[in-house]
Amino acid sequence: MGNFPTTVKHCLSYEELIQDYPWLARWLQEEKLALTHEYPEYVKIVEVGPRDGLQNEKEMVPTGVKIQLIDMLSETGLPVIEATSFVSSKWVPQMADHTEVLQAIHRSSHVRYPVLTPNMHGFQDAVAAGATEVAVFGSASETFSRKNINCSIDESILRFEEVICTAKQRQIPVRGYVSCALGCPYEGPIESTKVAEVVKRLYELGCYEVSLGDTIGVGTPGSMAKMLHSVKKEVPSSALAVHCHDTYGQALANILTALQMGICTVDSSVAGLGGCPYAQGASGNVSTEDVLYMLHGMGIKTGVDLSKVIEAGDFICKALNRKTNSKVAQARGDNSMHCRMKKINT
Amino acid sequence: MAAVMRFVKRSCFGSRMGLQCLSLSRSAAVAKLVQDGASAGKTLPERVKIVEVGPRDGLQNEKTVVPSEVKIHLIDMLSEAGLSVIEATSFVSPKWVPQMADQVEVMMGIHRRPGVSYPVLTPNLKGFLAAVNAGAAEVAIFGAASELFSKKNINCSVDESLQRFEVVTKAAKEAGVPVRGYVSCVLGCPYEGKVSPDKVAQVAKRLYSMGCYEISLGDTIGVGTPGGMTEMLQAVSREVPVNALAVHCHDTYGQALANILIALQMGISVVDSSVAGLGGCPYAQGASGNVATEDVVYMLHGLGIQTGVDLPKLMDAGAFICRSLNKKTSSKVAQVTCKL
Repeated sequence: MGNFPTTVKHCLSYEELIQDYPWLARWLQEEKLALTHEYPEYVKIVEVGPRDGLQNEKEMVPTGVKIQLIDMLSETGLPVIEATSFVSSKWVPQMADHTEVLQAIHRSSHVRYPVLTPNMHGFQDAVAAGATEVAVFGSASETFSRKNINCSIDESILRFEEVICTAKQRQIPVRGYVSCALGCPYEGPIESTKVAEVVKRLYELGCYEVSLGDTIGVGTPGSMAKMLHSVKKEVPSSALAVHCHDTYGQALANILTALQMGICTVDSSVAGLGGCPYAQGASGNVSTEDVLYMLHGMGIKTGVDLSKVIEAGDFICKALNRKTNSKVAQARGDNSMHCRMKKINT
Repeated sequence: MAAVMRFVKRSCFGSRMGLQCLSLSRSAAVAKLVQDGASAGKTLPERVKIVEVGPRDGLQNEKTVVPSEVKIHLIDMLSEAGLSVIEATSFVSPKWVPQMADQVEVMMGIHRRPGVSYPVLTPNLKGFLAAVNAGAAEVAIFGAASELFSKKNINCSVDESLQRFEVVTKAAKEAGVPVRGYVSCVLGCPYEGKVSPDKVAQVAKRLYSMGCYEISLGDTIGVGTPGGMTEMLQAVSREVPVNALAVHCHDTYGQALANILIALQMGISVVDSSVAGLGGCPYAQGASGNVATEDVVYMLHGLGIQTGVDLPKLMDAGAFICRSLNKKTSSKVAQVTCKL
């Protein structure tokens, strides 16, 4: 301790502190081991299966099936269900029945049903069909923006500005999405400052929330933390959401990291619907069931009934004639001992 | 101590060193120590040791019986991939585990790379002696934190099993053979349901006290979540030092990587995993079991954590064993084939 007087050394020595504060040693040991993160008490799940999920499924799904899926999901307690997309049916045939779907679903008073509106034309059609919330999709990667919607990031934001302005006048909330937040299939890694810039622009234009999408699922807790650190400097955590893809199996770990950094809105897709269009055979969206299982196991409330989501997932997978991507749904399948183990985690 | 001095330097330089300063310094010193302690919990290890359990735990839970040459080639490929610990086989009775009947042949057929450890399972003294005879230089014993699981799995109580293991650890000590301990059902049991973290801690402590250099905590049915993992590790690390602990997470409910991340944040730096996610869950037909080594390594490397593992070579080993088993890999990283 160098040149301090003995009395000072004595007063400030660790041993002396321990005598007066005996809990300190044990506390320090425990704190080192304990999780010092605080988690949100409640996490809002934004269910994107009917839109983002089905849009990326090869099989064309009959309108009646889409409606039934959304109705089943409305009964699970999910607060937000992305219902459809008002894009040109030429580009996205799966969403050609957007008006019919929006008008036929039974709208629960506890649920919001945002729809995608890439431009004014789509916005006007959505409002005419009864939409009460819309979403716009930006990108943190120039190349992805050009390849995906045939314009630069700047040009796309100008387009959205028009939508957001009009939506504001009509008091229709707008959710923003930023894709390629953790990596781009064309450009590779994306600078977190670039992501922050795009997020900030969408937020300042009037999006009430911006969802950060790991479009190709390449992110890990390391890149997630770095990206959120940059974005949080520009936009409050309460206005951010994460949209993780499970293509590399990293989604839940990335979501956990986001929760540790104060994010409390998570996008997910029932049964993990929606593969990755950039990697044949690979998975895409993270499964709502698996996310719920983790959150509930951590004591975080969601208001969602997991078993009802599993039922909805089961329904859509039968209709699509495919296996679920949800590990929870697989574990709780028929003839499984796990069916009888619900008491551990629901 | 450094924390205290940092505060003292900041507050006392340039001002009088009075009693007032001292009393303020003490409470501030406590606060600083507390803050430093809190932030220390968020640091991740620089290096993580992967314990590759595919050739034993993985294959043991695969239905197809794999020829010895295939097992040997798999282990050799894994050795070349940079893994430092590869669980090679199990010296249990072939009556119970036919997949491991070729234990001696495998042990003697593998090319042992210098610096790589090839532990084998030895449930009792007979298995231990056979293992040492076949050239084993490290062994592993398997306890359980659940009484019912112990009875159903190895037909005896937890206490009885620990007594059996004590015979093995004693013999191993005399022979200079390190012993790794496993505790199953640390986050839930297929028969008992919830398992008390204190019970896990007790079993881990006994294995550690009897001489196991490391205790691997197994979420046998993959039901654990970050909440349960935290609670369990807090209890266990009060009894066993954190640097002697490992986590063995199953991905049956998709929670493995999140659970592993939490364990790393709590100071664990040894992770068990299985190439290609070999080894389904025996309690849920079609459900997954072991977490895939490829997916774990992808996460660790993404976090800047060193593992010494060459991911492409690891994926080659995974592709090889999946072809031999005629099955799809359970690793998501391995499933990605970019068509851009």
